[in-house]
Amino acid sequence: MSTSTAPSSTSEDRPRLRPDRRKSRWHYDVIGLVTAVVMAFPVYWLIISALRPNQEIRSYDQTLWPSSITFDNFTRAVKQPNFETAIQSSLIVSVTAVVGGMIIATLAALAIGRFRFYGRKALLMVLILVQMLPPTAMLIPIYAQLNAMGGLDEYWGLIVVYLVSTLPFAVVMIRGFVVNIPVELEESAMVDGCTRMGAFVRVVFPLLAPGLAAASIFALVNAWNEYLFAYILINDDSKYTLNVWLMTFTTERGTDYGALMAASTMIALPVVVFFMIIQKKMAAGLTSGAVKG
Amino acid sequence: MTVAEKKAAGPPVPVPRSPEAASPPLGAAPGKSRPRPPRRKGALLPYLLVGPAILAVAAVYAFPLVKTVIMSFQDLGRRELWTGEAPPWVGFEQFTNILGDGEFWSVTGRTVVFMAVCVAATMAIGLLLALLMARLTTWVRLVLTFALVAAWSMPLMVAASIFRWLADSDYGLINTLIAKVAGEDFLGHNWFLDPRQGFAIIALLVIWGAIPFVVITLYAALTQVPRELEEAAALDGAGAAKVFRFVTWPVIRPVFTMVATLSVIWDFNVFGQIWLLRGNKPEPDYETLGLYSFSKAFESTSFSQGSAIALITVVLLSGVAVYYLRQLMKTGEVE
Repeated sequence: MSTSTAPSSTSEDRPRLRPDRRKSRWHYDVIGLVTAVVMAFPVYWLIISALRPNQEIRSYDQTLWPSSITFDNFTRAVKQPNFETAIQSSLIVSVTAVVGGMIIATLAALAIGRFRFYGRKALLMVLILVQMLPPTAMLIPIYAQLNAMGGLDEYWGLIVVYLVSTLPFAVVMIRGFVVNIPVELEESAMVDGCTRMGAFVRVVFPLLAPGLAAASIFALVNAWNEYLFAYILINDDSKYTLNVWLMTFTTERGTDYGALMAASTMIALPVVVFFMIIQKKMAAGLTSGAVKG
Repeated sequence: MTVAEKKAAGPPVPVPRSPEAASPPLGAAPGKSRPRPPRRKGALLPYLLVGPAILAVAAVYAFPLVKTVIMSFQDLGRRELWTGEAPPWVGFEQFTNILGDGEFWSVTGRTVVFMAVCVAATMAIGLLLALLMARLTTWVRLVLTFALVAAWSMPLMVAASIFRWLADSDYGLINTLIAKVAGEDFLGHNWFLDPRQGFAIIALLVIWGAIPFVVITLYAALTQVPRELEEAAALDGAGAAKVFRFVTWPVIRPVFTMVATLSVIWDFNVFGQIWLLRGNKPEPDYETLGLYSFSKAFESTSFSQGSAIALITVVLLSGVAVYYLRQLMKTGEVE
């Protein structure tokens, strides 16, 4: 693969233009398919382990195909204590955090994308830098502070943390969409008699909506996946979020892998669906920042 | 959410755009024709708009960071935490203790080696796969993209569970497969008894999780390499290696550097993968700087020691972060 740029030996002479290159592509295609299998294999193994009977899970001879398909593992996963409360906690915490985060982020992104003000560049830099801080540098002081404020074991403590941790990337991402909306649109709306607020609501916001949707799904996925702060800040098992709840499948007596895989599948499913939806948008969000505002 | 497991939308990685590939979401002509937004001196509105964001970031990022600094000069233990008593000031004692402890240095060495191996493997495989992507038939490329996105979208918690299951000593698939080749003895092999083998499994998880982002970003950069240039170089007699070296590489280099820098930061801060694969209680042999700081704080309840180690980590990383920011400014991302 290291010489994958080399034309394959089947094409006789070097200078071949594009159409002829196709002939030699099947080598690459084979490698590409093998890579796809390797990358997707853990995901396949997750689903297949969730669906196979338990005696096959506890077997020294793991087979690539299950002999039969069963939903027993899912039944056991759902019956695990605190399943419903965990869903509830995850939804409450992540949705509240994302809604709040998006409002604050949109305001800030508009300011950064539309105005030139003192400290604008510094703010952008800070937003990028804080994302590189090691998690424990934040975890210890936040734990100590929430403990002093009585915020441990409370949803609001976790919500505040999640809300703010969506801000840095949401601001940068939404700003990328804002700078792509021509100012002229807003200006002409204002010439036609809109107030600044009216121009925003009627012109900018509709154009911004797809970008906002992508950013919020993104934030939602990140909040949904977070486990470390949830694990440390919440000790009451009726307030566990789904990720922390997953840890209850491992006890001193070992791990119920069948049920764990079934539960993991259920938790990952919405994420995968959302991820597939925004995948294209995300690439746009990543690159649109490159067009200067 | 911690940085390492963020799905990587945040840190901007600018991808150069060629005119035909540049399709801003709204079909608007990019940048040039548009006048710069005027700077209105003294206008209050932008400050009102960014106010909430600044407050929030100050409360949850800046304040804890300051507190980390303060705590590392104090001695905050369990008693002070629960009684609310003011912890005593101890000056540089925490730092002298940590830096004088041989364990700290072996943990740091382990972190650096682990980071270097993971980054090198991720970037090498990522670059090769991105080059491969550019040469695939469309449907194969779609299949590969789908597989990459599927891997990318796995929550870290779930991915760690899968890998723990794959490497399980009794019923794990890895042991079953190896036993088929190497004989029955391998069944029941515990991968985590020897930290070197254990770290191999952990590195596998880290690399597997990081590759999709790297490949998709580098591939986006590769699509910006002008086809004509590659063909012209080939016509002029440049071999594949030379085309890559003199045509392709210069175009994708900024993106490659950026992604590599981000990988350095993420893999240096590695936490979740080790923590989850070791069942929330990593043995001392598995501690990297993040886990070392975590276990000092939450297992030995010496929060000040933990903070001091976290602070040292921040200082170690700041050079890389500044380098990243400079790269970003060069490409005009932060203007």
